[in-house]
Amino acid sequence: MSQQSRAETTVVNPQLGLAGWWRWFWRQLTSMRTALLLLLLLAIAAIPGSLVPQRSADPNGVTAYFADNPELAPVLDSVQLFDVYSSAWFSAIYLLLFVSLIGCVVPRVKFHWDALRSDPPRTPANLTRLPAHEEFTVPGKPEAVIEKAHALLKRQGYRTVRFDESTPTARGAKAATASTRSRLSVSAERGYARETGNLLFHGALVGVLIAVGFGGGAGFAGQRVIYEGQAFTNSLLAYDTFNPGRWFDASSLTPYTVTLDSFNVTYEEQNQDAIGQPLDYTANVTTQLKGEVPQQAEIKVNEPLRFGNTDIYLLGNGYAPQVTVRDPEGTIVFRDTIPFLPQDTNLTSVGVVKVPDGLDEQLGLVGFFYPTVSAGHSGAFFSMYPDLIDPMLTFNVWKGDLGLNEGIPRSVYALDTSGMTKLTGQQTALASLELKPGETVALPEGLGTVTFDGVKRFVSLDVHNDPAQIWVLFFALLSLGSLLFSLFIPRRRVWVAVTQADKSSSTVSIAALARGDDVTLDDRVRELGELIRRA
Amino acid sequence: MTDSLSQFSVLALYSSMAVYAIAFILYTLDLAGIGPARFKLVRIGLSLTWLGFVLQSVATVLRGVAAGRVPWANMYEFAMTGTLMIVLVYLLVNLKWDLKFLGSFVTGLVVLLLGMSATRFYVEVVPLPPALQSYWLVIHVFVASLATGFFALGFALSLAQVLQERRERAVSAAVAKRWAWLSRFPESATLENYAYRLIVVGFVLWTFTLIAGAIWAERAWGRYWGWDVKEVWTFIIWTIYAGYLHARSTRGWRGTRSAVLAMIGFASVLFNFTVVNIFFKGLHAYSGLK
Repeated sequence: MSQQSRAETTVVNPQLGLAGWWRWFWRQLTSMRTALLLLLLLAIAAIPGSLVPQRSADPNGVTAYFADNPELAPVLDSVQLFDVYSSAWFSAIYLLLFVSLIGCVVPRVKFHWDALRSDPPRTPANLTRLPAHEEFTVPGKPEAVIEKAHALLKRQGYRTVRFDESTPTARGAKAATASTRSRLSVSAERGYARETGNLLFHGALVGVLIAVGFGGGAGFAGQRVIYEGQAFTNSLLAYDTFNPGRWFDASSLTPYTVTLDSFNVTYEEQNQDAIGQPLDYTANVTTQLKGEVPQQAEIKVNEPLRFGNTDIYLLGNGYAPQVTVRDPEGTIVFRDTIPFLPQDTNLTSVGVVKVPDGLDEQLGLVGFFYPTVSAGHSGAFFSMYPDLIDPMLTFNVWKGDLGLNEGIPRSVYALDTSGMTKLTGQQTALASLELKPGETVALPEGLGTVTFDGVKRFVSLDVHNDPAQIWVLFFALLSLGSLLFSLFIPRRRVWVAVTQADKSSSTVSIAALARGDDVTLDDRVRELGELIRRA
Repeated sequence: MTDSLSQFSVLALYSSMAVYAIAFILYTLDLAGIGPARFKLVRIGLSLTWLGFVLQSVATVLRGVAAGRVPWANMYEFAMTGTLMIVLVYLLVNLKWDLKFLGSFVTGLVVLLLGMSATRFYVEVVPLPPALQSYWLVIHVFVASLATGFFALGFALSLAQVLQERRERAVSAAVAKRWAWLSRFPESATLENYAYRLIVVGFVLWTFTLIAGAIWAERAWGRYWGWDVKEVWTFIIWTIYAGYLHARSTRGWRGTRSAVLAMIGFASVLFNFTVVNIFFKGLHAYSGLK
């Protein structure tokens, strides 16, 4: 019974089986048309990521976008427009594209493998039907002519095979007559490397995708700011920010220290159109692997330091004023070198000094640093040159609760003033504190004194490890190399057939067929004809 | 010294623009079928294009000498070198095939871009910021400019192909004669072949640009790919031209449709060069404009 019903089902719906649907779907997905549409879709889907700031490339831009467009931003965020390149829809497109690619390429690998190991196909019966063909008569016996043609094609790098046969009209005739009417031919094919290159190119793209995917997972990226004289150790705790990959293992960090000995900047001083433009940044560092001898090294913007399984990049720099705060009795309650964030090309910099202990109240100093200070018409300070010609540090003083005791991580570059009172600067009775290097001024309300001891340069280093990076490069270069083969090596089949015209001459037919784009096909046929005639 | 050299450079550039403009007029008169000895106009046009090319090369080299570096480090210089490459590709290809019918397009485009660049993008010579101090600037930007040259001609040929195809259909349907000027162009199949062969070269160069850019980005910014806006558009252009190559072997996409893709591709190249450079915010902020 069940047997019968199953038979019935198959009779009624022969094509609607799951396998059938699957086959239909697979054929659609792996068709050239689908691949093309997915490619174009991918191009279109990439566009929004260039119109809207992306969290990966420009996180501050995203924050600003939310502030400027409070209504629109959450809507865009809900469709992942701030993370376009890791979004579900973008991923779906490229994954489908790669599935389509693999589905298209794998059967071709098998087919090409077979073609590589087999002879060119039998010479077609009627060569004049092919789009590129030529026919002419030359003196000489067919045997001699075909030998010459055969040798010519071989010399041109063709894979060749001889087919000697009776013409269709002579079929069945006796061997004696066949020799006069028989057709001698060479079937030749060249340019197998075109398909090899094409397959390799697509395979290499899959390689790039896989290597990129693994690279993100196995490595890490960390950032660390250090000022001149300061050292940092390659360990999780030492980094200001640290982004581990999914499979990152903290114990894989090579133990080493990097000390910033000095940071040298050269500025343009001659060219009137570029006064103060930085010409060179050089970080002189001492590196030391655990238990080994220290080494001197340099890091420049375009010359990262490859050291201890990591790449160390110089990505930013600025000034770090050294500040000392004393209580009214003159006891030091705070002494540190604090990196200030540059705000403009002349390095007007902003930073925060937080004094949590030792004074009657917690103290927050919001500082502005001007490497070469100047005052505008309004009296507001600005920096007119990025180098240290006439440095000045100003402070707005806040007292109250720094908010450090609530266990919430606070940025060292920002002061949360919600629980604080402003003592100097705008909207207060007192002017901001102004200090030149070496100067000490009193804090308001008899809180103590603050001293500007001097200023150092700091650098912001990016430390990366991406073990798959070299594989991305390998596959990218492989794809470029194989692309050359795939586009510039013509693949074609050529046939030369010779029959006897009269006692002393032969009729030669040449025909060629391109596989893929080959615009020079007619010329090649003509050239070959010319060579045979001259031979 | 630097000042006078860059002034000579500007002078040479303006001279080349004037020469290109005359060449443009001659090429266009020829297309319009005006003038006593039409076939000679294009030849004079071609000679003038060579002259303009020499002048523009002088302008570019002087600018480089004045700056003490390669002359492609800001918008003004990108435009100068990029258009020089377009003219170079046009002239070189003309040694092999007769593409003089594109002269109008090439000289017209170059005069427009140079005019826009000289008036809107001009900046004085300034030294390279540390981020650009790399031999990759020489390689990456030069190859990108060269690719642009091939894509530009591919665009013109594809446009001609689409128009020619419509004309051929009209002619075979015995409709009234349209666009007589196209009769001096090759047939659409030939145009398509030319376009393909140039775009393929451009595509390889663009692939190289992309990879070279990634290698440089790794050295300068610590990552080889970060979806910076310029990276995004380089990728989009690459994908469009990859689409073009696939379209040529897809049934129903050969001919006009693939030609349209080639045109969209070059439009994106121009968009990438102008709008993205000037208005989009990103790491490739080297227009030199404030």
